[in-house]
Amino acid sequence: MNRSEFNQGMKGGLVIALSSAPFAVLFGAVASDNGLSVMEAGLMSATVYAGASQLVGIELFGHQVAPWLIVLSVFAVNFRHILYSAALTRYISHFSPVQKFFTFFVLTDPQFAEAVQRGESGRGVSFPWYIGFGAAIYFPWLFFSVVGAFFGRMMGDPRALAIDVLLPVYFLGLVIGFRRKPGFYPVVAASALGSVLGYHFVGSPWHVSIGAAVGVVVAALLPLSTEPAPVTAVAETES
Amino acid sequence: MADQLSMDMVVLILAAAVATFLTRIGGYVLITRMKTIPPRMEQALNAVPAAVLTTLVAPAFFNGGWDVKIAMLAALVVGVRYPGLLLLGAGWAAAMICRHLLGF
Repeated sequence: MNRSEFNQGMKGGLVIALSSAPFAVLFGAVASDNGLSVMEAGLMSATVYAGASQLVGIELFGHQVAPWLIVLSVFAVNFRHILYSAALTRYISHFSPVQKFFTFFVLTDPQFAEAVQRGESGRGVSFPWYIGFGAAIYFPWLFFSVVGAFFGRMMGDPRALAIDVLLPVYFLGLVIGFRRKPGFYPVVAASALGSVLGYHFVGSPWHVSIGAAVGVVVAALLPLSTEPAPVTAVAETES
Repeated sequence: MADQLSMDMVVLILAAAVATFLTRIGGYVLITRMKTIPPRMEQALNAVPAAVLTTLVAPAFFNGGWDVKIAMLAALVVGVRYPGLLLLGAGWAAAMICRHLLGF
């Protein structure tokens, strides 16, 4: 292990850890509000380790949605990682298989953004740097999720503290984080319309799949964009 | 009770973890097999997160009371200019004002 590369990675990761700590606390609090135990919230942060999709899973769990549909929704929200790992491959082809396993396990939005930036700048992506960066985000994320879950269990009425509005507002923030992507407005309009109509005519939870499918079909039918899509749109809000 | 792990929940969480890991390694597997992703498919894949997240936002807005609507509008106004945390704060503050001062 190259210590200085590792330390440099840690330093970069800690900045991200600090800015994502409130979201980890939010996740923990919402998780206990929706009936998860502290250990279950911790297990989810430790194994899924993808903020937005964890909150989506919890939200659907709170609405008694069928388990397979929850897993499918988590998969759908995390779909962008496929693009990340595809783009990252050229910079990490020298890693060993075990190193690659950990590399992909901790592949979050900021991790991807920083690694690609480093690769493009010609400094090279070393495993010590990469895993230092990842560890500095992973462990605080886990810690603050558990803190949030403890806090959530001690809280009184979530409505009086307006905890219940935090989730839709948080998701709204993620959506507007994508607004500079090509095709954003038609896709969002189509998904919004599809989900609202689906909610009224078919019912929950189908509105999620219906709305998402309508949005994705619209995206596929739009004229091809000439500029490369910025894939790091949610980097500010999601860990 | 609440501090324990329920088997159903553990299975659900681990299934979500596996699904997430598949997305994280999927691009690597794809790119080493097919070299590039067809542009129209990439455009559709690119839209998936925004499309899914919108379906959690739009019905919450239309089905929510005035407190929720005002909170989300306040968050939207703040969110187009400032980072995520301020947006969360704005939405939360607006909901608290609606519920405790205006009595919605």
